[in-house]
Amino acid sequence: MQEQTQIIVAENVHKWYGKFHVLKGVDLIVDRGEVVVLMGPSGSGKSTFIRTFNALEDYQEGSIRINGITLSNDLRNIELIRQEVGMVFQQFNLFPHLTILNNVTLAPIWVHKLSKIKAKELAMQLLERVGILEQANKYPGQLSGGQQQRVAIARALAMQPKIMLFDEPTSALDPEMVREVLDVMKNLAREGMTMVIVTHEVGFAREVADRVILMDSGSLVESATPELFFTAPKQERTRKFLSQIL
Amino acid sequence: MTHSKPPLWRDHRFWQIIVQLAAVICAILIVVILGLNLNRNLQQLGIKFGFNFLQQEASFDIGETILSYQPTDTYTRALLVGLINSLRVAIAGIFLTTIVGITAGIARLSDNWLVRNISLVYVEIFRNTPLLLQLFFWYFAVFLSLPNVEHKASVLGLIKFSQNGIELLGLNFSPEFSTLLLGLTFYTASFIAEIVRGGIQSVAKGQWEAGRSLGLKPSLIMRLVVLPQALRVIVPPLTSQYLNLAKNSSLAIAIGYPDIYFVASTTFNQTGKAVEVMLLIMLTYLTFSLIISFLMNLLNHTVQIQEK
Repeated sequence: MQEQTQIIVAENVHKWYGKFHVLKGVDLIVDRGEVVVLMGPSGSGKSTFIRTFNALEDYQEGSIRINGITLSNDLRNIELIRQEVGMVFQQFNLFPHLTILNNVTLAPIWVHKLSKIKAKELAMQLLERVGILEQANKYPGQLSGGQQQRVAIARALAMQPKIMLFDEPTSALDPEMVREVLDVMKNLAREGMTMVIVTHEVGFAREVADRVILMDSGSLVESATPELFFTAPKQERTRKFLSQIL
Repeated sequence: MTHSKPPLWRDHRFWQIIVQLAAVICAILIVVILGLNLNRNLQQLGIKFGFNFLQQEASFDIGETILSYQPTDTYTRALLVGLINSLRVAIAGIFLTTIVGITAGIARLSDNWLVRNISLVYVEIFRNTPLLLQLFFWYFAVFLSLPNVEHKASVLGLIKFSQNGIELLGLNFSPEFSTLLLGLTFYTASFIAEIVRGGIQSVAKGQWEAGRSLGLKPSLIMRLVVLPQALRVIVPPLTSQYLNLAKNSSLAIAIGYPDIYFVASTTFNQTGKAVEVMLLIMLTYLTFSLIISFLMNLLNHTVQIQEK
């Protein structure tokens, strides 16, 4: 029964880059449909941590289960997990040689073996949902940063993931484009998507997150509802962090 | 004040035109001087310039021909046979070297230690030894050391090796052709491997990560995402390698493969028409090169990323 509600179970995750201890025994349980925001100073390991969820980073100790599948060195498990987990990057990472439409249909066609027509239908739906439908035949280089990031979200959604990871999705955007991306993310949260988001957008975290977590030097410092996190943090470290960003 | 015209000698457009003009005049002068010099020397030696010799009987045999050819045919026919032999080895070479080069280039970046290092050793050996030496190696150490026809070695029955060369699906290739083809292929491919490696490494790491996070297998990411982007870096230097291969095919003479250079130099020996024969050879290789460049420019145009 527990597996039904808990979609991400990370226990005692350790990671070293050579001698540098990046993740120092991190535990995190995320429930289905939950929106978790990870905050923390740069170098605190928050990006590294969420990148272990889809095996973009490996880890040396501990265990991670995603939707009941244990993340190990088994290639088949890694492939299965990557199909359950979508990811949006700070630098968008769209494929510059493909049109917007082909960016979105590539993985459905080659991984889910969708027909070209089915994949196009799906892509058009998603592009409409993120408000980029008119740009379907353009190339990524012809779009603004905000538009590119919305395409990146559509591309990830095209694989119909159960979890979406966002790694600082608005950090590379011009200020006036942050909102259009956050709006798409808000809608996604409202529709019940499980989301783990690394971001510094306090307004967004307050409005959308079920839980906000502070991470510092490879450990989780505090985890609380946004209300408590921003108004009555328990830890001194959290207060110090908030005083710097608010 | 701001709209006043500068004096001519301070106008950069004036100087641009002057420099262009000076360059053209120099070029014309050099050609004229060389031409006059040639003409005077030919007259002193009593040699007449002209291409009439092309209609004379060649009266030498050519070992390997695609077109029918006999020693009673004209020099034109002989040169045509040589030209076709050159084209045959150059076209097959470009095709094979692309496959070997891309494979070796990708292998250089393999996660597998053995694959990566085999490719490294191959690239370093073939890139750093003279092509002529490699041709001798293929010819004397490989083909002439193979078993004779009765005991030919066979791979899956498809391809058979012997002193008589390679037999592939019923087609026979002489040891000379095979030597030149393999020599050019593996020599050029070692350079192409490095170009391909550089091209692949020029693609941002985020492209791999995006592909992996979408659940694409590494081989698919390479094929669908990375290689198409790497091509825009790969194609321009690849053109140079194709040009090198076409021109290096003239080393055929060292192992006795009758390419255009081989036939032309026999023609020159027999007729003494040095200038005419040199002109023909230059024209031939220039045409090869221009055709390759033209085709590669078309390819380059299609692989460049569209933006804005």
